[in-house]
Amino acid sequence: MTTDETTDDIVEVPPVREARSTTGGARAVPSRLLRSQHIWAVAAIVGLLCINVVKDPGYLSITYSSNTGAFVGNLVDIARAAAPLIMIATGMCLVIATGGIDLSVGSMMAVAGAVAMEYLSSANAPSSIGAAAAAIGLAVGLCAVLGAVNGILISVVGLQPFITTLVMMLAGRGLAKVITGGQNTTAVNERYRWIANGYVLGLPVVFLASAAIAVAVAFVIRRSALGMMIESIGINAEASRLAGLNRRALLITVYVVSAFLAGIAGIFSTGTVMTVDVSQTGYQFELDAILAVVIGGTSLAGGRFSLAGAAIGALLIATLDKTVVFLGVPASATPAFKAAVIIVLYVAQSRRVRGWAAGLRRSRRKSVRQVVAT
Amino acid sequence: MTTAPIVEMRGVSITFPGVKALDEVDFRLLPGEVHALMGENGAGKSTLIKALTGVYAVDAGEILIDGEQRGLHGTADAQTAGISVVYQEVNLCPNLTIGENVMLGHEVRGPFGIRWKATHRRAEQALARLGLHDLDTRVPLASLSLAVQQLVAISRAMITDSTVLILDEPTSSLDATEVEQLFGVIRQLRDRGVAILFVSHFLDQVYEISERITVLRNGRFVGEFLTAELDRTDLIANMIGKELSVLRSIDAVRHQRRADRTDAPVLAASALGRKGAIAPTDFEIHTGEVIGFAGLLGSGRTELARLLCGADKADSGTVVFQGRKAVLNSPAAGLAHRIAYSSENRRDEGVVADLTVRENLVLAVQARRGWMRRLSRREENEIVDTYVTGLGIRPADPEVRVRNLSGGNQQKVLLGRWLATRPDMLILDEPTRGIDVGAKAEIQAAVVALSDGGVAVVYISSEIDEVVRLSDRIVILKDRRKVDEIDVGPDTTTATIVDIIAGAGAA
Repeated sequence: MTTDETTDDIVEVPPVREARSTTGGARAVPSRLLRSQHIWAVAAIVGLLCINVVKDPGYLSITYSSNTGAFVGNLVDIARAAAPLIMIATGMCLVIATGGIDLSVGSMMAVAGAVAMEYLSSANAPSSIGAAAAAIGLAVGLCAVLGAVNGILISVVGLQPFITTLVMMLAGRGLAKVITGGQNTTAVNERYRWIANGYVLGLPVVFLASAAIAVAVAFVIRRSALGMMIESIGINAEASRLAGLNRRALLITVYVVSAFLAGIAGIFSTGTVMTVDVSQTGYQFELDAILAVVIGGTSLAGGRFSLAGAAIGALLIATLDKTVVFLGVPASATPAFKAAVIIVLYVAQSRRVRGWAAGLRRSRRKSVRQVVAT
Repeated sequence: MTTAPIVEMRGVSITFPGVKALDEVDFRLLPGEVHALMGENGAGKSTLIKALTGVYAVDAGEILIDGEQRGLHGTADAQTAGISVVYQEVNLCPNLTIGENVMLGHEVRGPFGIRWKATHRRAEQALARLGLHDLDTRVPLASLSLAVQQLVAISRAMITDSTVLILDEPTSSLDATEVEQLFGVIRQLRDRGVAILFVSHFLDQVYEISERITVLRNGRFVGEFLTAELDRTDLIANMIGKELSVLRSIDAVRHQRRADRTDAPVLAASALGRKGAIAPTDFEIHTGEVIGFAGLLGSGRTELARLLCGADKADSGTVVFQGRKAVLNSPAAGLAHRIAYSSENRRDEGVVADLTVRENLVLAVQARRGWMRRLSRREENEIVDTYVTGLGIRPADPEVRVRNLSGGNQQKVLLGRWLATRPDMLILDEPTRGIDVGAKAEIQAAVVALSDGGVAVVYISSEIDEVVRLSDRIVILKDRRKVDEIDVGPDTTTATIVDIIAGAGAA
């Protein structure tokens, strides 16, 4: 609020108004803007939790179960459920920042799950740690290769990201079915299962792992020049090319990273039940991931992005999913309910509504000033 | 001519925030004439066209069509008034058929919707009237050459039996024979009594096709001339706004330093060319030399510059840079050889608007170092401090987004970005376009300082006096080829260059 007021004071001079309307204030815009956008998503999470608390005052309580050595509670469940989404939202955020989109991530999850389950079910020592590692390596590796195919088709051949990844979305699910022979393959490997169901320090491994990976990705992106380069090609591809940026390599990188992270998400979500459901694993996750990214304040037009925002968006969607179940919304009404919450949130943080709200504030202050003056 | 004008504009003004795009402009167009509208960039040609076609509302003055005052509100009004326009880029739908394109919005309708057979027949008739007899109207437009597409666009414009046809840069992507074909059609329409407004940067074409010329400059009406009575030198002087006497005396102040040209050139290109952009050209530049490219827009000056830095790939010729053969197949390759290119299109090819001043300044240096080795904060600050203060960038806050800077300051940020790469050769394409006088002077001073520091500079500008003042040598281009190259001496003036442009190939 206070920062808002200072910019408003600058804006009292009419000619500056135009510059303001395009960017929302001249100085240090990004952090302030993004922060205010995060506030909406965080507020929505808190709001949903409040609704749940109203229904059941004990909703937020977390207990320590000494025989499993883990914390138990709804918040822990939400964190666990958010893990795969945080992974693909992170990758999606980078892809969207380049001005692209990756619709194939849900299918990548199925591919990763299918490879891992098939490998484990036919491995010599299926329950060894080596087998688990090999299964994960193969699964994630294949996803990275498919991501590279996406990237090459988009950057070298010049196909549209939407179409390319739409095709990969279909092809990926088909590939998963081919790998398992159309079956929902099941396997047994305690090490692998531990990733999805185990606990470290009383918290779900899957959540800690996804948080660690997301932080590591964010660290590499922001500490190296990758983040700036991705934003640059997303904002103005031709200007970036003339500045010597290698657009092709950057595009291939983001699609590989996106597919790689989707593969990890696939490991997470198949590990819970040790089964890959070739038609349901990762089904429509790409849409949740896109929503998470957009809620997190990254524009689909590309450019400036926020990985933290994407992670918060993923948490919001996981919270929403759990809330829908907890409130007992009928399964048939779930998608509509979810859609309603998201559209309200998105409208609330849209530029027009925020500009309108700011206008209201400004006119109120102005009328106060006039009263003071007279 | 005694005919009454079909279009007359009296004292027309159009104002945009902060700019007077048209300032009390008078203009008249007679039936059955080809009238050329001339002026440099930003002179107000497009604004005038958009006023005539109802895209922009007129703030002051009046537009008379057939002697009657008409308020043109929107393009539909203009069409009803019989005014049609064909823009530079063909504004048709490439994936629709030729017939559909010609007849879009005017399809022949029957009781069961569109009668396609009749529609295509009408389209064929319309095309035949322009001499396009054997076109299959059912193939997609995209299968035609650009020139024929242009003619189809004209057929489309004439389907409403327009009395006024505006052609905005119709020849910019056509070759000589295609231009002849187009001119045939234009003459035919003129003979039918259609008034044609022809906008082009190609002087030869203007002289070939037009009967009268109206010149605009900085949104103002300069004059209306009979083409036959206006020689080219006067036309150019009118367009760039300096009397010849002034042109000839302006360069009292010029930096007199001659580059020593006995050493090996920094860059030597032989027969460097690209089809459709620039004919094979030889070019040499030495250390500390400033070479100006002079020529009108579309003369090939930008195209040649883009080949020299790797922004476009050449399809003929070789480049030797600092004694070694260089393959300049990308801007990154150019920058690796320390050749930097600042595009004429600051908005689309220059600054990255949503990045900060700091990020824009370090972008090219960082790109060359690769993503892994990010510049440290200290290195970044060094670059930022050097160029924000050195070039006088305002506001002097590196964390501001570049989109919030004025044009002149954006240009300085760009210049800083290229200087930060420590180029051995720097190509500046229109670095002073659309910026205020103060910033212009600062940028020109920076160019002189650079060449004193040993950087080879290629300087491109529509402002010929700028080129003359700064350059040691000037390469003169016209119609996509190099026509001359002159050493700038004490008696070289803007008029010298203008004479060469006007004279070359004019025979």
